[in-house]
Amino acid sequence: MAEAVKHEQTLPSHPEKATLEGKNKFLGFWFFLGGETVLFASLFGTYLGLRNGVADGPTSQDLFHLDLVFIMTMILLTSSLTSVFAMINMKKGNFKGLIIWMWATVFLGACFLGFEIYEFIVYVDYGLGFTTSAFASSFYTLVGTHGGHVLFGILWISTLLIRYRKAGITLTNAPKFYVASLYWHFIDVVWVFIFTVVYLMGV
Amino acid sequence: MSNAQAQKSVLWDWLTTVDHKKIGIMYLVAGGFFFALGGLEAILMRIQLMFPNFDFVTAQTFNELLTMHGTTMIFLAAMPLLFGFMNYIVPLQIGARDVAFPFLNSLGFWLFLFGGVLLNLSWFLGGAPDAGWTAYVPLSSEYSGTGIDYYVLGLQISGLGTLIAGINFLVTIINMRAPGMSMMRMPLFTWSSFVASALILFAFPALTVGLLLLMLERLFGATYFAVDVGGNVVIWQHLFWIFGHPEVYILILPAFGIFSEVLSTFSKKRLFGYSAMVFATLIIGFLGFMVWAHHMFTVGIGPVANAIFAVATMAIAVPTGIKIFNWLFTMWGGRIQFTTANLFAIAFIPSFVMGGVTGIMLATSAANYQFHDTYFVVAHFHYVIIGGVVFGLFSGAFYWWPRMFGYKLNETLGKWFFWLFLFGFHLTFFVQHFIGLMGMPRRVASYLPGQGIDELNFVSTMGAFLMSVAFILLVVNVIVSVKNKSEADPWDGRTLEWAIPTPTPEYNFAQTPLVRELDALWYEKTHGNGKIKAAEPLDDIHMPNGSILPIFMSLGLFLASFGLIYQVHPVTIIGLAITLGAMFIRSIKEDHGYHIHKEDIKKEEGVG
Amino acid sequence: MKNLWRVLPFSFILLFLAGCGKQNLTALDPRGPVAEMQHNLIGLSLLIMVFVIVVVAAIFIYVLVRFREKPGDNHIPEQVEGNKNLEIIWTAIPIVLLIILAIPNVMDTFTLADTEVTDDTVVVNVTAHQYWWEFEYPDLEITTGQDLYIPTDTRIVFNLEASDVIHSFWIPALAGKQDTVPGITNDMWIEAPEEGVYLGKCAELCGEGHWLMDFKVIAVDPDTFDEWAQGMAEPDSELIEPTGEVAAEGREVFEQNCLACHAVGGEGGNPQGGPDLTNFGERENIAGFMDHNDENLEAWIRDPEAEKPGSGVGMPGFDNLEDDEMDSLIDYLNSLKVLDDE
Repeated sequence: MAEAVKHEQTLPSHPEKATLEGKNKFLGFWFFLGGETVLFASLFGTYLGLRNGVADGPTSQDLFHLDLVFIMTMILLTSSLTSVFAMINMKKGNFKGLIIWMWATVFLGACFLGFEIYEFIVYVDYGLGFTTSAFASSFYTLVGTHGGHVLFGILWISTLLIRYRKAGITLTNAPKFYVASLYWHFIDVVWVFIFTVVYLMGV
Repeated sequence: MSNAQAQKSVLWDWLTTVDHKKIGIMYLVAGGFFFALGGLEAILMRIQLMFPNFDFVTAQTFNELLTMHGTTMIFLAAMPLLFGFMNYIVPLQIGARDVAFPFLNSLGFWLFLFGGVLLNLSWFLGGAPDAGWTAYVPLSSEYSGTGIDYYVLGLQISGLGTLIAGINFLVTIINMRAPGMSMMRMPLFTWSSFVASALILFAFPALTVGLLLLMLERLFGATYFAVDVGGNVVIWQHLFWIFGHPEVYILILPAFGIFSEVLSTFSKKRLFGYSAMVFATLIIGFLGFMVWAHHMFTVGIGPVANAIFAVATMAIAVPTGIKIFNWLFTMWGGRIQFTTANLFAIAFIPSFVMGGVTGIMLATSAANYQFHDTYFVVAHFHYVIIGGVVFGLFSGAFYWWPRMFGYKLNETLGKWFFWLFLFGFHLTFFVQHFIGLMGMPRRVASYLPGQGIDELNFVSTMGAFLMSVAFILLVVNVIVSVKNKSEADPWDGRTLEWAIPTPTPEYNFAQTPLVRELDALWYEKTHGNGKIKAAEPLDDIHMPNGSILPIFMSLGLFLASFGLIYQVHPVTIIGLAITLGAMFIRSIKEDHGYHIHKEDIKKEEGVG
Repeated sequence: MKNLWRVLPFSFILLFLAGCGKQNLTALDPRGPVAEMQHNLIGLSLLIMVFVIVVVAAIFIYVLVRFREKPGDNHIPEQVEGNKNLEIIWTAIPIVLLIILAIPNVMDTFTLADTEVTDDTVVVNVTAHQYWWEFEYPDLEITTGQDLYIPTDTRIVFNLEASDVIHSFWIPALAGKQDTVPGITNDMWIEAPEEGVYLGKCAELCGEGHWLMDFKVIAVDPDTFDEWAQGMAEPDSELIEPTGEVAAEGREVFEQNCLACHAVGGEGGNPQGGPDLTNFGERENIAGFMDHNDENLEAWIRDPEAEKPGSGVGMPGFDNLEDDEMDSLIDYLNSLKVLDDE
């Protein structure tokens, strides 16, 4: 990995955008997030259209408890913060800091996911199965799709962390880490909307 | 190293290629195949409707045919064919060596192909989807067979490919332009591809969600559309048309771009009102998202919504009108050459105006209650899609054929093809306006005699036969013209794609070009020595390696779909594992590409 | 009077089209105020659009003739960039044309959506089924199917619903369509000034039998309508206990085979069943589309799926009936009438 060392010494201030490939990745990923925004907007629209369609099943007022969701929100917001620290370290050229803060992000993401699974189990116990009502289906689809994104993010970032555990910061992996942290921020923002639209408006 | 590449087998080369030109050609071949298939479906339907009460196919088969015809033509023919041209031509027009994401480009193609194949396999596995290309619930969710599962998953996979392609073109056009190629010097085809790609990016996720919901409803018992447990069936229509209306602009805008190139080239004039054209394209793209509910005037969304969407829809006529007049004035004062490519572009203008004005008539919400879901609508959208998109594809094919395949299509055969097709097209669809107003709903498997629509239906079928004969002439032309070798710039072209040797070298431009004006090549022809200036010295060229992974990623999803359709979840898991595994390999294995050495380039370019 | 300026100029365009198509079906020959309003709007838009086409065609033809390449012509045309004034002209004129069309359209859209019910209004609840139409008159407590009786010169308001998939309720000669959507009630109104039988159709793909999901609107004078309504609400005892020997036998066959799904005179039937048959003998068609004669009726009863694809799901075939049972059943069904002989 002599090449990596060489890069590290002369790494530009924005390693993630230093090459054309990096720039492409950066821009392409922003576009991808634009598409993801429409995807979640469609799911939000569906949920808003169906949230009163509870049939004989439980309503959101019967189920939602803000304390659990509040903890989840805090965990996810913190994980965004840790990924920011990771990026700051990357720009400083501090590879170790990058790795540690990224692992922290992954850990917090996993905690969030654990709480979400627990939450779903509780709801199912309350009688809100996936097929119970239109409200149930649209709720699980919206929040579940977000959860799926969190899971994918965890797997993705872990893959990067393991793959590049000894590589140092290079012009190849800097865009990858940067883009992954961008993705993480995005799912965090989506959660803020879920927290507002689904939970705050639903209790 | 380029020699080592060349020695590998041809088949392997095509399966693993990430070269935008080869991918473009694969899009054309696959799209052409599906176009023929969709055409065959159309002919079968027209035969069934040739006589009242005719018993050529059953009502069930007819419903499958109409669904598959629409779905195939939109998703598997028109869009991939346009992608073929976009892939091949856009990087050349902006002076790039490749697209921004060559690997994803290949992945997009294979996803489309596997999705299309999956959808069509339904014919042999329990019947094709039968709820129309719009697949309105609850007909599609509760009252249809496995065909709809193939529809949902086939479109989901190919739609993913489309989304990837859209992002790829956006980044390519923004980041990969040659020095001097500012946005306002881009050829109109590149511009319209850019706007169409933006529409793909923001429209397709709505379809993704719609298809996801329909899949979960059908295969996992979700209840979004189940009215008895609080569901709502209109949500599907909103999601579908939030995607579906921009979709028609995704199709028509690149065709507009082709016409702009062709009319300008064969009038020997620069495009009239270039900036107005660009602006109109942007406005059309923007308004395309504001009008989806005009497909739903009769659904009961209320007079306020109907009135707003009616007026918004009418507004699209303004930028479209700007375009029509700018094309007319591009020809004004020019020296118009009637090549086959240009004949299609010229014939497009009145044909598309016909489709445009019936579009305005349909936008008139109160009158739309009469038009909606009748043959009038069928006539309208075939006028815009054939008169616009298909004419654009044919025009583009005759225009760019020498660039893509190194030979010119025969002009005499081409003109026969043009006139037969034009006449057949108008014969088929002009009468359908009246058939609709006389009381014939669309999507009917047959009709009873004595309703005053027998003769016109017969006429319409005759027109469809003419169009098929014309299409056969095109196929013949493609085959017999192979010997017709073409020079690099057969049409006295204006844009960068005509500045490079034929056949197109795999690196496109030996030296990145320097662009000094709109219509870069024309500028050099009239103001310079006829050759494009180079923006860099001749040097080694870095190229990406091919990869077989895109096929595996697509194949995995293809397999997983069967697992989902037949609820055999081990197969689903294996399929997804193949896809994720391929993604994993791609993620951890860095591709550093290879270099083509400048000595080899010099050899290939002759003098250089 | 206020519509005169809209009707006059283009009536000639549509005049020759009025001959096209079958009377009482085609939308080009409107038979009521709603269809007429829509017809006028179509005419206005057509007029504007013909104007657009003429302008484009004039420039188009001039350009192609004047600027075509002539043999031996090698000149390089002047590379014109554009013309701001022209751009403004062809932006402004279409806007004006569209405003001319948009204003009456918005007005008409609201007029057509005004389904206020007054004392004289006849309300009909329409329920679309795969593949037939049910008509319920809530104020008159009548339910019927396939043939929709309405009084002339009376405002009719429909509440539209669907029991299975989405259908669309369309009577081209009287009014444009509205969809019948499961879970949602839409409404619309019509008026029929003239007596007559108007063809109605399902306009939304609803499955195999979609193309045969026809119905009739029968406009009769108000007195006849009252008589019909009376006959439907309080049917003659003859319908339920026929006195004729053959019809009585037929009634028996009917009770054994049909009554569970098809009501007659308020008896029998069920919500998931088929059309009410109280006035079956007066139906214009069998199953909404076949000529009303004994052979067709027998064919329909023996195998509905063969006659109208998809209908076999709702109605099984009764091929088990003996010939004499079938004959008496047909006799009974044809005797089901509520109006005095026409």
